[in-house]
Amino acid sequence: MAATPKPRVKIPKSASAGEVITLKTLISHEMESGQRKDKDGNTIPRKIINKFTCEFNGQTVFACDLDPAISANPYFEFSAKVPESGTFKFTWVDDDGSEYTEEQSIEVS
Amino acid sequence: MKRYSLMAGAAFCLAVTGMAIWTAAADPVDETLEIDGVPMTTRAPAPEGHPFDEVLSGWLFREAETRATQEDTFENPGMIAVEEGAEIWNTVEGSAGKSCASCHDDAAVSMKDVGAHYPKWDADSGKPLNVELRIDKCRVENMGAEAYKFDQPEQKALTAFIKHQSLGTPVELDLSEGDMQTWWDRGKETYYTRTGQLNMACATCHEGAMGHYIRADHLSQGQVNGFPTYRFNTGGLVSLHNRFRGCIRDTRAEFPAAFSDELMALEVYVTWRGTGLSVETPAVRQ
Repeated sequence: MAATPKPRVKIPKSASAGEVITLKTLISHEMESGQRKDKDGNTIPRKIINKFTCEFNGQTVFACDLDPAISANPYFEFSAKVPESGTFKFTWVDDDGSEYTEEQSIEVS
Repeated sequence: MKRYSLMAGAAFCLAVTGMAIWTAAADPVDETLEIDGVPMTTRAPAPEGHPFDEVLSGWLFREAETRATQEDTFENPGMIAVEEGAEIWNTVEGSAGKSCASCHDDAAVSMKDVGAHYPKWDADSGKPLNVELRIDKCRVENMGAEAYKFDQPEQKALTAFIKHQSLGTPVELDLSEGDMQTWWDRGKETYYTRTGQLNMACATCHEGAMGHYIRADHLSQGQVNGFPTYRFNTGGLVSLHNRFRGCIRDTRAEFPAAFSDELMALEVYVTWRGTGLSVETPAVRQ
């Protein structure tokens, strides 16, 4: 089932200033490698998420490029230090040019 | 000469220590499974007539990373299929213009704990039905839709979604209904019957060699409380009858059709063998 890619993010709702938090992200995506052929022998065109970024209040926290060997439904887990309250913005870039975004804010006390 | 015996002694010691480590590593872990903080029953006293004293979830036999993946539903890749199942639940299909939700409303209420008691006796069909066949019956009789093909992604997703509503509920079958006991007997016979070129029964690995290694794989009791299960080797959900067929294929026997009477009887028996374990659907295995 090649459903519409759906991003998911899990981060804490609150943290103390300077705390290192864990961010978990997942996007449902088929990550079609471009190496496979269909029943008639035609190449199935490549369609993968090729870039993922995470910004905090406009500043890049984490970014990476993805290549065709990465499995379906790519999952990223990373950590970040949060100095102040703000919003994390997550962006996944698809081969067809679509961008899927998700935002979540965190309360820092 | 003296030096030789010393060497032999050292080698002997090494062999003994090596073996001790090897055996210890094959034991199930002594840990508690909590999914999103909710404790699961992974060890339960065995029902009367069971070959083991305690039934153990397959989770206890897996690697630390695999175990950890199941502890957080966010990380569990099987949950993607469960979400797809939730969409199917609300999608109208068939000539009657109904979805599952049209009759059953909110699955969190109507399907709560339901999956923990399947396969269940069905008087109409005169045999036990598992969740997959129960869905098909509903689709054909009430929705005017077609039965799913075996292992169609929608079938696995919807089955996982329904069973997930019983997450944590202990497995318990009602063997007093209809001819359930006869099916249980038949399943038991299959379980202990050696088959295939390798001449193995289910019991050879999952009872006789439980806790040992088969090549690099750690043999569990072969419990089915987490099906459909997410498997890393497949990168997707694996249904119980697919797993049965895979196991039988590996003994180099001809394998019965999915949902055949033979495998349905086996499902009744094997499910009973896991009585008391929490439903873990979708479990995460290697």
